[in-house]
Amino acid sequence: MRWFRLPMVWTYALLIIVPLLVVIDSSFKSLGELFQNPLLPPATFTAANYVTLATQVPLGLYFLNSVIVTGSSVIAVIVFGSMIAYAVLRLPRKLSYALYAVFTVGLMVPSQANLISVYVEMSDLHLVDTLYGLILVEVAFLLPVAVFIMGGFMRSMSPEIMEAAKVDGANEWQMYYRIALPLTTPAIASTAIFGGVIVWNDLLFPLLLLKTNTNFTLPLALLSFSGEYQTNYPVIFAGVLLASIPVVVLYLFLQKYFIAGLTAGAVKG
Amino acid sequence: MRARWPIWLFLLPGGLLFLVFFVTPTLYGLSLSFTNWNGISPHYNWIGVSNYTNMFTNDSVFWEAVQNTFKFVATTVILQSLFSLIFALLLLRNTRTNVFFRTLFFFPTILSTVSVAFIWMFIYDPNIGILNTALGDVGLTAWQHDWLGNKVIAIFCLAMVQVWAHTGQLLIIYLAGLQQIPQEYYEVAKIEGANRWQTFWRVTWPLLVPVTTMVVAYTTIQSFQAFVLVFALTNGGPGNATEILGTYIYHQAFMNNHFGYAAAISVVFMIIIAVLTMGQFGILRLRIGGSMGNKEVNPT
Repeated sequence: MRWFRLPMVWTYALLIIVPLLVVIDSSFKSLGELFQNPLLPPATFTAANYVTLATQVPLGLYFLNSVIVTGSSVIAVIVFGSMIAYAVLRLPRKLSYALYAVFTVGLMVPSQANLISVYVEMSDLHLVDTLYGLILVEVAFLLPVAVFIMGGFMRSMSPEIMEAAKVDGANEWQMYYRIALPLTTPAIASTAIFGGVIVWNDLLFPLLLLKTNTNFTLPLALLSFSGEYQTNYPVIFAGVLLASIPVVVLYLFLQKYFIAGLTAGAVKG
Repeated sequence: MRARWPIWLFLLPGGLLFLVFFVTPTLYGLSLSFTNWNGISPHYNWIGVSNYTNMFTNDSVFWEAVQNTFKFVATTVILQSLFSLIFALLLLRNTRTNVFFRTLFFFPTILSTVSVAFIWMFIYDPNIGILNTALGDVGLTAWQHDWLGNKVIAIFCLAMVQVWAHTGQLLIIYLAGLQQIPQEYYEVAKIEGANRWQTFWRVTWPLLVPVTTMVVAYTTIQSFQAFVLVFALTNGGPGNATEILGTYIYHQAFMNNHFGYAAAISVVFMIIIAVLTMGQFGILRLRIGGSMGNKEVNPT
């Protein structure tokens, strides 16, 4: 197998590395140079594309919107999701199965099949074009996967710990907050990472729900100014790089958690 | 006094949110699908199953979208499962270089679909794209194409982007499956004198069937939802050559103002996914039952 192992692996590696390098070096080229030389590194480095972005696009605002939406969604989905997961653990068997079934079905309902009805309901509730409206929808659609990941983890805790706490006179809130939650930390980390990456990168719901430019999150802003700059790849790539930096930096430091978390939530894509 | 915390209180905040923003729209969509609402007017009529009969008998674009969706899903499912299995096998041992390659292969997963779309828009660009430039540089000008502008190949070119973006993720799932196979099995196979090929087909593959089913199920659900990728790269064009169900729903609602009709397509879309995933998870459960039986005779 050795004869074909390295060529295979390196071919695929290059298929990932080359496009990424081209994106990075293109963002430092002028449009004219890109047309003459799409592949190789720039002969003259220019930061003009970044200057264009910084002066003509309120990138800081989009960044802030993305941080607000992602941060709030992740916190809400962990708090509410872990509470539901705990309830599933503590409820009588039949009820907990029923509840689990509901969320499993929720796991299979594709968000794209709910595009129309979510939009209509949100406009009925006057929540279109608000960040908190977007957050509510993101949380609702992340909940099934969150319950699945954290619930699966909580079920592997030994029931004796709970029984011991109960004998010591702990109430349900204390058992949840003092025992179940700390023991679920790895699953919470997974949920936070997969939820965070999904919301940070999401285009579907922002596209559907956000209308005013000042409310845009980064992916939606990227899409909208790509229309404006047409095939001005250098400027678009500068935007792609700036929007990806937070996730990429986190990925480099927390690889293991990222891979575990995103794989746990793979089903949600 | 100790506060009493009835357990249902734990369900309240999340459950309410789920009910209002997930369950309600799902049911609401179902009822909209029986109307001719245009999305703007306060008046609309119940038209029974007309939307559904229209879709199945009168709407050739709907059928194109179904075909394109299945072409896209079939291509990604086959290639992604194959590539992720091959690379999981090649990168199985926990050496430093293997960990580096796994980290690299996983990398596209963390990028937003919009970013991935822009990267590939440039790769596929007919004039200055990396692909055509590279083909030209090595003298293969005959292979150059307008990749996303060609009605026949555009949908497959989109599928390749999906494969690029998600193979690394599935590789990790396969890796986890492979690492659970007890080493003793391989030692026994070695003692019996099995070659690599026999070892793979007799030991590894049977034990990987449950993981494979899971990978296939994941990929299927994921690829059915490729709306953003298609929307950002081709928006269904050229013509309807890359119109998939997700984009068709969006176009019917927000460009043609056929909200009722779009809701009906959504319901059909949901049913297709539900049937496919339940089928796959059904098979998965059977298979897992089987492999658990195997574990009981595990010599360790």
